Amino acid sequence: MNIFERISRLDRRWIYLILAAVVVITVMLKYETPIRISPEVRSVYDFVEAQPPGSYIHMAIDYDPGSLAEMHPMTYAIMEQALCRKLKIIMTALSPNGPGMAEQAMLDIMDSVKMHCGREVVYGKDIVFLGYKPYPGIVILSMGQNYRLSFPSDYYNTPLDSIDMMKGIANYGDVNGIILITGTSGVDYWISYANGRYNAPLAVGLTGVMAADYYPYLRSGQIFGLMGGMLGAAEYEKLVKRPGRAMEAMRVQVWTHIVIILFIIIGNIGYLISRRKGEVK
Amino acid sequence: MSWDTFLWTTLAVSLTLCTFSFLYRDNPFYKFSESLFVGVSAGYFVIILWYNGLVPTLFDRIWVDPSQQWYQIWSGGWWSGLVTGKWWYIIPGILGLLMWFRFSKKKGWISRYPIAFYIGIATGAAIPLEMQNRVNRQLADTLISPNFSAGFIAGISDIIIVLGVICGLFYFFFSVAHKGSFGAVAKMGIYILMIGFGASFGYTVMGRISLFIERVQSIRDWVRMGWDGGAGGIVVIWVVCLIVLLLVLLELMKYLRGRPSEGTAQ
Amino acid sequence: MKKEIPLLIVFVSGLFMAVQFFVPHSTSEKIYEFVMEWTIIIGIFALALGIWSLIRVSVNRIRRRTPNWQYSIVILAGMFGMVIFGLSFLGGVRSYMFRHFFDYVMIPLHATMFSLLAFFIASAAFRAFRARTALATVLLLSALILMLRFNPYLGPLGDQDAALAAWILNVPNLAAKRAIIIGIGLGIVATALKVILGIERGYMGSD
Repeated sequence: MNIFERISRLDRRWIYLILAAVVVITVMLKYETPIRISPEVRSVYDFVEAQPPGSYIHMAIDYDPGSLAEMHPMTYAIMEQALCRKLKIIMTALSPNGPGMAEQAMLDIMDSVKMHCGREVVYGKDIVFLGYKPYPGIVILSMGQNYRLSFPSDYYNTPLDSIDMMKGIANYGDVNGIILITGTSGVDYWISYANGRYNAPLAVGLTGVMAADYYPYLRSGQIFGLMGGMLGAAEYEKLVKRPGRAMEAMRVQVWTHIVIILFIIIGNIGYLISRRKGEVK
Repeated sequence: MSWDTFLWTTLAVSLTLCTFSFLYRDNPFYKFSESLFVGVSAGYFVIILWYNGLVPTLFDRIWVDPSQQWYQIWSGGWWSGLVTGKWWYIIPGILGLLMWFRFSKKKGWISRYPIAFYIGIATGAAIPLEMQNRVNRQLADTLISPNFSAGFIAGISDIIIVLGVICGLFYFFFSVAHKGSFGAVAKMGIYILMIGFGASFGYTVMGRISLFIERVQSIRDWVRMGWDGGAGGIVVIWVVCLIVLLLVLLELMKYLRGRPSEGTAQ
Repeated sequence: MKKEIPLLIVFVSGLFMAVQFFVPHSTSEKIYEFVMEWTIIIGIFALALGIWSLIRVSVNRIRRRTPNWQYSIVILAGMFGMVIFGLSFLGGVRSYMFRHFFDYVMIPLHATMFSLLAFFIASAAFRAFRARTALATVLLLSALILMLRFNPYLGPLGDQDAALAAWILNVPNLAAKRAIIIGIGLGIVATALKVILGIERGYMGSD
């Protein structure tokens, strides 16, 4: 058995150790990695930039802590940009384990907007968090008729009609667009129901696992922007000129991808050698 | 450094390391963290369902007197709250409770009524919208004239998209045997599908690695927090690292003595 | 009675929702809104079924002393602990313990469970990703092009790789995924019709 065959039969825990070592070492290092901006991410940025102060956008934070790594940087970058531009944000979180995270993100962003843009964001006047309701399909349909059908009150049980910024806001027709950040299949409901039935302009931020599947909707115009995974988040951070966790993670991604490609190459060399020897058909 | 935040973060890092221990092999630390995860998630979901779900959509609609809470049945204003409220919401509440008959062997059929209502609504809503958005709009965007005015590659790409979609749809049509010319088109379709799956795999690798990178960033931030916080923080970090190191050494000793290792579930 | 009425309910409600999409009349919209509100309330009770199942299974495991029954105690302790922390008289969702347990126990555990997948995908790539056939080779090449697109160490080849990756995503990948989306859409419509017409009755459970 030669070296490649031996390596291709390695205990998987050595692979785990190599991967972990690469990530830990590269996380400690500090260096720049160039990020290219893709048109689909730029569309989302341009949309937020084009909104006049005082206009409304709906941020749908539909992800669980399991997707936090890729989704949080997008959420932070977009919401900070929007609040610094004095847009008003209606937030929902239609993922079961997501409301607490969405609330945490909202409070963090309110603080960072104060720090970076010198602007005091007031809950109820600049931003409102409606919370969670189950069965996203029905909730998305009902919000298209009236937010109050599924959200008679916000996350803190304050009736919507007594919240300043929700006076005069009935449904998707009163917001300029929806930016959905999700790691679940609820994105299909938003596209079919919110955009399909109510023609709400929709942009999506998705996990890396899902991103490649939604390019058809981008081309057909059902979504106007698409941010894919950590790379999409890094591109957005670069656009808003606020380097964060995503840009930092991309330089680690470069090396881990190199390692995984090496794994694939070594595995295939071992396989080809074994096949030549007639051990494997 | 706030000691409160640092100690909570130390708890978070410890639970993270307990979960990562599964990569070596299944062990009580991992089982504990997994069970805690299930329990805490379920408890969190109960609270969210209650405060974000039932209270605003059901109870606050039925009992509207703002000076009273819906559960203050001992108060004088409870009945007036019910009269001024939308009492008819009790009906979906009762229908929802009928769902719980699902657990009864004899009376389980009662749960079919609310389930049927929900299934009917969801499927009825899906028909026109899915047809319009997944089929019609996608087909409409596919069957367009190739746009060579945007460039030769753009025009060729449009043609590839049309042919690719048609070939892919041919592949998924299993009512006809994939032979002859039909088979050739289906074969082209599977090649296009493989390119798509390869693209998804490339994105998936990035997606999965991101999750681990974020965990390492969190652990790094905890180390920095302790380091910047002074001697107390460093002591806590060293204690956690020492415990992890001892456990790793114990496992290594077992391994070197030739005891069989169970390995991970994967 | 036990089967006929549910079938009738599914038929009537399904037909109403399908037809309502095309009827913008105010009465139709009012009924539609009414139905939405009721469905959300009913749905909340359905989700609670899962919680009760978890409690039942855990209690049974403890009673019967099945292997690893001690971890069922951890499950129940975690669950009831969170419920107690979240009670309104202790501060509800804004309470210190509820928030901190969410931020420092639930988020790290949830995120770490999913981060294990990074290792599994690396192991899978090493052990299973083989260019055995032409199809597998095409898949492999497509994956490699996408994985190298943000690599800054390829020099001028990097720009070409990035452009090729963008083309793959926007052309052949788009075609493939579109074929899948159309197939899924037709499947959803067919299944929904079967449910509404009573051909598909799996939701009713057994007698």
